[in-house]
Amino acid sequence: MNKDVSIKVCMGTGGIAAGGVEVMSTFEKALASVGIKAVVQKNCSMHKVGCRGFCARDVLVDVIVDGAKSTYQYIKPDMVERIVQEHVVGGAPIGDWLVTDDYHTFHDKQVKVVLSDCGEVDPEDIDSYLGRGGYEAVKKVLTTMTPQETIDVIKASGLRGRGGAGFPTAVKWDMAIKAPGPKKYLICNADEGDPGAFMDRSVVEGNPHAVIEGMIIGAYAIGAPYGYVYIRAEYPLAVERLHLAIKQAKERGYLGKNILGKGLDFMIKVKLGAGAFVCGEETALIASIEGKRGQPKAKPPFPVQKGLWGYPTIINNVETLANVPYIIRKGASWYAAMGTEKSKGTKVFALTGKILNSGLIEVPMGIPLKEVIYDIGGGIENGKKLKAVQTGGPSGGCIPANMMDTTLDYEALSKVGSIMGSGGMVVLDETDCMVNVAKYFLQFTQSESCGKCIPCRVGTKRLLEILTRITEGKGREGDIELLESLAADVKTSSLCGLGQSAPNPVLSTIRYYRDEYEAHIYEKRCPAGVCKDLLSYSILEEFCKGCTACTRVCPAGAIIGEKKKPHKIIQDICIKCGACFETCKFKAIKKG
Amino acid sequence: MANLTINGKRIIVPDGITILDAARRNDIYIPTLCDDPRLEPHGGCRLCLIQVKGMPRPVTACTTPVTEGMEIETTNEQIERQRRTIVELLLSDHPNDCMICDKAGDCTLQELAYFYDIRSNRFAGERRQYTKKDLNPFIERDMEKCILCGKCVRVCDEIQGLGAIDVAGRGFTAKVSPAFEKDLNCEFCGQCVSICPTGALMGKQSVGKGRQKDVKEVETVCTYCGCGCNVTLHVSRNEVVRVTSRPDTINEGWLCVKGRFGYSFINSPDRLTTPLIKKDGKFVPASWDEALDLIAEKLSAIKEKHGPDAIGGLSSARCTNEENYLFQKFIRAGIGTNNVDHCARY
Ligand SMILES: Cc1cc2nc3c(=O)[nH]c(=O)nc-3n(C[C@H](O)[C@H](O)[C@H](O)COP(=O)(O)O)c2cc1C
Ligand code: SF4
Ligand code: SF4
Ligand code: SF4
Ligand code: SF4
Ligand code: FES
Repeated sequence: MNKDVSIKVCMGTGGIAAGGVEVMSTFEKALASVGIKAVVQKNCSMHKVGCRGFCARDVLVDVIVDGAKSTYQYIKPDMVERIVQEHVVGGAPIGDWLVTDDYHTFHDKQVKVVLSDCGEVDPEDIDSYLGRGGYEAVKKVLTTMTPQETIDVIKASGLRGRGGAGFPTAVKWDMAIKAPGPKKYLICNADEGDPGAFMDRSVVEGNPHAVIEGMIIGAYAIGAPYGYVYIRAEYPLAVERLHLAIKQAKERGYLGKNILGKGLDFMIKVKLGAGAFVCGEETALIASIEGKRGQPKAKPPFPVQKGLWGYPTIINNVETLANVPYIIRKGASWYAAMGTEKSKGTKVFALTGKILNSGLIEVPMGIPLKEVIYDIGGGIENGKKLKAVQTGGPSGGCIPANMMDTTLDYEALSKVGSIMGSGGMVVLDETDCMVNVAKYFLQFTQSESCGKCIPCRVGTKRLLEILTRITEGKGREGDIELLESLAADVKTSSLCGLGQSAPNPVLSTIRYYRDEYEAHIYEKRCPAGVCKDLLSYSILEEFCKGCTACTRVCPAGAIIGEKKKPHKIIQDICIKCGACFETCKFKAIKKG
Repeated sequence: MANLTINGKRIIVPDGITILDAARRNDIYIPTLCDDPRLEPHGGCRLCLIQVKGMPRPVTACTTPVTEGMEIETTNEQIERQRRTIVELLLSDHPNDCMICDKAGDCTLQELAYFYDIRSNRFAGERRQYTKKDLNPFIERDMEKCILCGKCVRVCDEIQGLGAIDVAGRGFTAKVSPAFEKDLNCEFCGQCVSICPTGALMGKQSVGKGRQKDVKEVETVCTYCGCGCNVTLHVSRNEVVRVTSRPDTINEGWLCVKGRFGYSFINSPDRLTTPLIKKDGKFVPASWDEALDLIAEKLSAIKEKHGPDAIGGLSSARCTNEENYLFQKFIRAGIGTNNVDHCARY
């Protein structure tokens, strides 16, 4: 029996959290103990692979026997033995454990560029990346292209910054090449501070060499001998793999002095951030690397004029840089063929919230939102109705359900009052309260404000207070107008992008869900039934059978009543947890 | 030189200066809270936001350099609305203690509240409240009155070179603080006190001793050392209650701990007001004539008996250069010895 067996275990942070390490070691043991040790050892390769996007189904395991690949989902260590016995040895995949159809629909509408090698290469082995064409782009630019030609290719590809603002990458690089000075810096922004975002982390974990390769090409284009990766310390796995990848790239001569003998010097240092959202902002990031408090500075001077340690500096996002090697390898026109007129290529999103298939996705720019939600995402969880999609994280806005024809590109998103941002996408259903959603994001921006400027430090606090009182049923007449007016002033007068965009969630929810704000303020009612202070539970006598089920689940002991007689909730004691509501089989409990 | 127009007025200013500088040189008022011409621009308070034609959003005058042909508007309805909102936001997080605040009458925030006529506050809400007092000997730090303009942080770093304080924390409760929120333990030069636009930083000895309105200012020169910093004594009810220095002086308004805080001796009951001569083991007040006669007599006698080299002179850094010159002249030419030295040499 001389089978060619390869097992790939998803070892992104999601996979590890679901037990990937144990699954992998159990596979190692199980394979070793099936008796045909020598054969297994010789032909079986075992890979740790980075995130493949379908995090909801972790641990995902590919079992490839003689070229035939089967993907298992929800794998736990105690399932490994059977897979090895029946599938690897016996040749019969275990149907019940394989991924279901939606795993394939999940992938069908996606177009993978940045993520194309994630899940395929072993992120801890440079040879695995080299085997898939890795570092070919570096060779190509160093041997056949001038820096200006390199920039021209990026320009023709239409690549725009994926860190949020969508600034054309080639324009930025062009400014850097023209900036005078003996020293320049290229910084890769891997701070990724948006709550719920994990696009950049997954790229660094899944394919760190692509980011490094993009940086080398960028460094060559702008003439920067020094690079930094600014990455948050809360990403230990990404940091570890990055360090390892840099070490391997150095050993193979892709980093260091005289790269590939072509006279290019480029070194990368890794700088750990302490996890402040504001440190993703360019000037704050630079201050942080310099050892100062991470606090933005007024521009001009722009980093490209006076950046790190006073030298011209270019800051690019992880995803932006990870696109670069693929563009160089496959050509600008290949890339520009994807997307819309002004937004080219693909974009990675972290699809989360009330969606069936949550995870990391990469889609061509310009794809209609409904295809993402229904085809890739598989629709809303638990058969509920879609209410809105929030994009752009705390700097973005909500797109209501009746606007799902909106396409995912920079222009269309900003037209509907949201932004592309770095790729957060939260799906909201009918049980989400929009005032509460705005409050959630304001809580985040307020606590992350650096405090340097007044409109942001105090303004976001006041916005949050007003939102809070609305959700507590203490909203006053005029509060919506006050929110609008303060939000407008905070937007225009704040120093950096954090404060300038912090009011967006408020403004966009008011824009589309003003009636919901009004219901909270004037009718003291939360239409989605989320805001506890506006909720009460009561028992409808005509439906109550007196079965006592509710009395038993109520943690506060708020329900009284004799067996077989209608029960009653004592409002003063009720903590509004909703346990009775969930339990009653006779729909006798009214929420409202 | 750059040609600009500000509010329709054509002006010519040197290249590279900020819009705020350009406006100030031409007596055009732009409100500020975080700017000081002696410090690096900060751009934090956002009061100096102005509109430049062709720029998509308002920019801060204190950080934006002038460029040829700029058309600037320093005030319009929208700008004033924003400024008003900013002041209103500040006041919504302020003790509004003006009645009993030492800074009243000399406080930039109070001035702004007055000019923007802020009576009620649309944003009234939670206020930062700090109970811990800083037990350092010289500086009263009332962080509830701090508006986080960052001037104290910058002066300590950029001018004093110390970095004893910085902003700590994030969000609404970000706070100027010494390391680990310990009590301030620094050079106590008081530059931070001198530059604070509000009553957040005050000299401890001055608190409750008289506000600016009732103070008589006396310009003089610091007596502590030969640098001769210009100082202004603030006199209230015939007592020196505070020492400051004007920014347009030779020392640009900066002082050291002695000049700024070492003034309590002026009103000390132990202070010497006449020479004292020791008679029968006890000091007895004397007139200057008596004292000088006695010194001359003794010095002459020593010189007569033991020669001039038996005498030495030691002068003080607290004297002016002129006084020190005269002193060595007296020792060398008058006494006739080279035994003369100065405390600054040790
Ligand atoms: C508050 C704030 C947070 C930001 N966080 C990030 C971040 O986590 N990652 C990132 O790449 N860009 C972030 N940005 C955008 C960066 O400042 C910058 O525009 C970007 O890194 C430029 O790279 P790009 O041109 O490749 O997009 C942030 C901006 C602001 C204002
Ligand atoms: S907008 Fe907010 S985060 Fe940005 S500088 Fe101002 S206070 Fe800091
Ligand atoms: S610091 Fe100024 S505004 Fe505040 S209480 Fe004192 S005088 Fe009034
Ligand atoms: S007194 Fe001087 S040294 Fe101390 S904090 Fe203030 S400026 Fe810094
Ligand atoms: S203490 Fe005074 S100078 Fe320092 S930041 Fe606060 S208000 Fe500004
Ligand atoms: S004076 Fe310009 S922002 Fe404060």
